[in-house]
Amino acid sequence: MSIFDILGPVMVGPSSSHTAGAVRIGQITRRLLGGEPERAEILLAGSFALTGEGHGTPRAIVAGLMGMGPDDERIPGSFDIAREHGMDFTFGTTVLRDAHPNSALITAVRGEETVRVGASSPGGGRIRVFELDGLPVSFSGESPTLIVRSDDKPGYVSRVTGVIAAQGINMSKLRVEREARGGRAIMVIECDQRIPYKVKVAITAIEGVRKVTRLNPGEESK
Amino acid sequence: MSTYSSMSELLGMAEERKLPLWRAVQLFDCEEQNITEEKSWEMMKNMLEVMEASDRSYDSGQRSLSGLSGGDGGLMEEYVRSGRSIAGGLLESMIAAALRMGECNACMKRVVAAPTAGACGVLPAVLLPCGKAMGSTGEVTVQALYVAAGVGEVIARRASIAGAECGCQAEIGTASAMAAAALTHMAGGTGEQIANAAALAMKGLLGLVCDPVGGLVEVPCVKRNVIGAVNALACAEMSLAGIKSRVPADQVFDAMRDIGERMSPALKETGEAGLAGTEIGKTIAGR
Repeated sequence: MSIFDILGPVMVGPSSSHTAGAVRIGQITRRLLGGEPERAEILLAGSFALTGEGHGTPRAIVAGLMGMGPDDERIPGSFDIAREHGMDFTFGTTVLRDAHPNSALITAVRGEETVRVGASSPGGGRIRVFELDGLPVSFSGESPTLIVRSDDKPGYVSRVTGVIAAQGINMSKLRVEREARGGRAIMVIECDQRIPYKVKVAITAIEGVRKVTRLNPGEESK
Repeated sequence: MSTYSSMSELLGMAEERKLPLWRAVQLFDCEEQNITEEKSWEMMKNMLEVMEASDRSYDSGQRSLSGLSGGDGGLMEEYVRSGRSIAGGLLESMIAAALRMGECNACMKRVVAAPTAGACGVLPAVLLPCGKAMGSTGEVTVQALYVAAGVGEVIARRASIAGAECGCQAEIGTASAMAAAALTHMAGGTGEQIANAAALAMKGLLGLVCDPVGGLVEVPCVKRNVIGAVNALACAEMSLAGIKSRVPADQVFDAMRDIGERMSPALKETGEAGLAGTEIGKTIAGR
């Protein structure tokens, strides 16, 4: 914990969990999609569904999808900005089992790409992604994180981690989830050091790897 | 430096190194986060600048999405200008500043969470008007923010700064303790007096529940910022006068945690009981 977690963050109100965290959920969805969505279906659950409207949660999520950060003063007007950019978005509510009360499930589409992200905002503006493309995951993006989506092929885990090790980057957490043997798999790797672009390039070149997302804290809006 | 989780440890660290309290807080954080002193100062100065900018951005014509908040800061300013107010100036400007910031937050403007968004009005409502009245330099005010952050950090470690965990005492109570400590520093108080001011401020707000109408950060949050600010001034004054809290700061914070743990969940940000559970509270929530 830093003193700037006590005095800060700078954010658009009114609520760190329902507004600032909601922006971050939109932001991380955009990152996982790999760019600005053309369409997004946003489902709010629990307290997001109940009190989200008054907290500006829907505007906050759309702001994040548009690449804004939690301190962006354009958040209240995000709907208009998204429409100007030609982004289509719809809202609904859903019931999620075993999820934190402040949660959202977002399906975002860009060209051929579709991403489905389930994330919650437990407080203080922090978030946790608990579902990605139908598979269970768990990451916050607070430390440098690599998300590798691929086909489940023998040996690919060691090839991916080999690239990371070769760059002298220390992994602090590694989790692999797959649909079925030989099916789609997601690898989430949290690291101690910033993940450079060349790591993404090298991993993308590995056979069976379909998509690589790198999340470096402080570079969310890129 | 080793970590601190009490005011007495923090004061001890400062004394041992012959540093003012604010400087001990800064240096410890620099080491912990691996950032330079210049960078840290720059970041803290930015917090002050954002607070000032938020205050200036207030628009008395603006209303929150729910329609529950807005305009009260303007009413207070008008009242002060009318010359009819009782206390004679400073106190009224603090009340107006707390309302302005609380309403800015409710109206989705940019604020500094201190320690939370719901309590973001307390610290600026104390530091900005009092700093002006005392002729404090920007430098002393930034130092005061370090003092506030140090106190907040101790409270976060020993108890909580989340209404959902320990009620409003953890939010407005903490903000008030931070502000009392910061103001005591600005007035030239000693480390001892700073800790004492924080103890007095938290004591006065112990037991405060988190019962927001409709679960929104508006009623009573906006006006509780006023209480936190005014309480901070009173407690800084008492501490500077040499009045002691019979219970030391660390034990007051422990009491806050104890009370928070015993508090019913219905009174911890769930919007069920207290003001949220009143007839009108339920009507508003149903809308």
